[in-house]
Amino acid sequence: MSKKILLVSRHAPYGSSTAREAIDVALAAAIYDQDIGILFMDDGVFQLLKDHQGKYINQKNIDSMLSALALYGIEKIYVHQESLDNRTITTNELILDDLQLLNSIDVGHLLSQQDQLLSF
Amino acid sequence: MDHASIMIFSLAIYSAPYSSQASYTAYQFAVALLSQGHSLHRVFFYQDGVHNATNLAAPPQDEFDLQKAWQQLAKDYQLDLVVCIAAALRRGILNEGEAKRYDKASHNCAEEFTISGLGQLVEAAAVSDKLISFGY
Amino acid sequence: MSTLHTINKSPYAHNALSSCLKVCAMNDGILLLEDGVFGALISAPGAQELQILIKHGANVFALVNDIKARGLEEKVAPDIKLIDYNTFVQLTLDHRCVQSWY
Repeated sequence: MSKKILLVSRHAPYGSSTAREAIDVALAAAIYDQDIGILFMDDGVFQLLKDHQGKYINQKNIDSMLSALALYGIEKIYVHQESLDNRTITTNELILDDLQLLNSIDVGHLLSQQDQLLSF
Repeated sequence: MDHASIMIFSLAIYSAPYSSQASYTAYQFAVALLSQGHSLHRVFFYQDGVHNATNLAAPPQDEFDLQKAWQQLAKDYQLDLVVCIAAALRRGILNEGEAKRYDKASHNCAEEFTISGLGQLVEAAAVSDKLISFGY
Repeated sequence: MSTLHTINKSPYAHNALSSCLKVCAMNDGILLLEDGVFGALISAPGAQELQILIKHGANVFALVNDIKARGLEEKVAPDIKLIDYNTFVQLTLDHRCVQSWY
């Protein structure tokens, strides 16, 4: 049985384990053949910046984990445009190319169209 | 309640007991849904939620013992309380098998809690009508 | 279909409520719980937006146990409905999905 699942990732990388453990859930969902998408919003968009160097705090890079999403067949990756704008991040600073930028109303629609939400 | 309106729930709990209120809220939600005749397919403990499974917590006697409450609820309703293995190992929640595997002196996963993989959260999302997340 | 949004952080300290308000649709529901119930105060950040949403048909709830525990019963803004855990369960059934903002 497959359900349409959206993982919502709203927390910054490194300072807490939330971002990393959310990605692990997305990968697990993909391994089990679920129809999984990911939405990055609020501080979650900081995960998408290029050139992480986690070695300086003895952590594995989050951006390389995110690069693996496509390898696992996760193609629906959404980013809340206003969260980028509020943090003066432009799309050419982001690690992933195939992102769907959504305004706030679109995010509301996206949430309402899922079978399950995984909130992180 | 008529049979047709029975819904299947699963809960995902991401917060430690005591430090945060969220796992208590999840417990009260579980009690409420079960008392209404709904089904609770699984409670999945992830992130700091794995601390709910330690059998070494010794809260003062005049305080609510959330872990005991989960265990009693699990006994009463044959609940599946699952602790994420990757999150648990990192935070020092081990069952006997994992303690042996990692050559640790002791183990502390409480009765009624099972250690398993993230696939159990994914499966819960797939088979449940409602998956509710309780963040820290 | 509509979404139930739960908020468990104080709007004085966190953006959980303000982020939720950005994406909340008029037929959605918002449930304030744990420290999220501080968002039910008349003076809270986001209080005006909550009242506007309510006027447009959205339903805003607060968990009564969390309100009472914090001594807020007399300070709750009008039209925010105080509910118990049983009604929380019912709200999850009345909406398609639950997004937890924390």
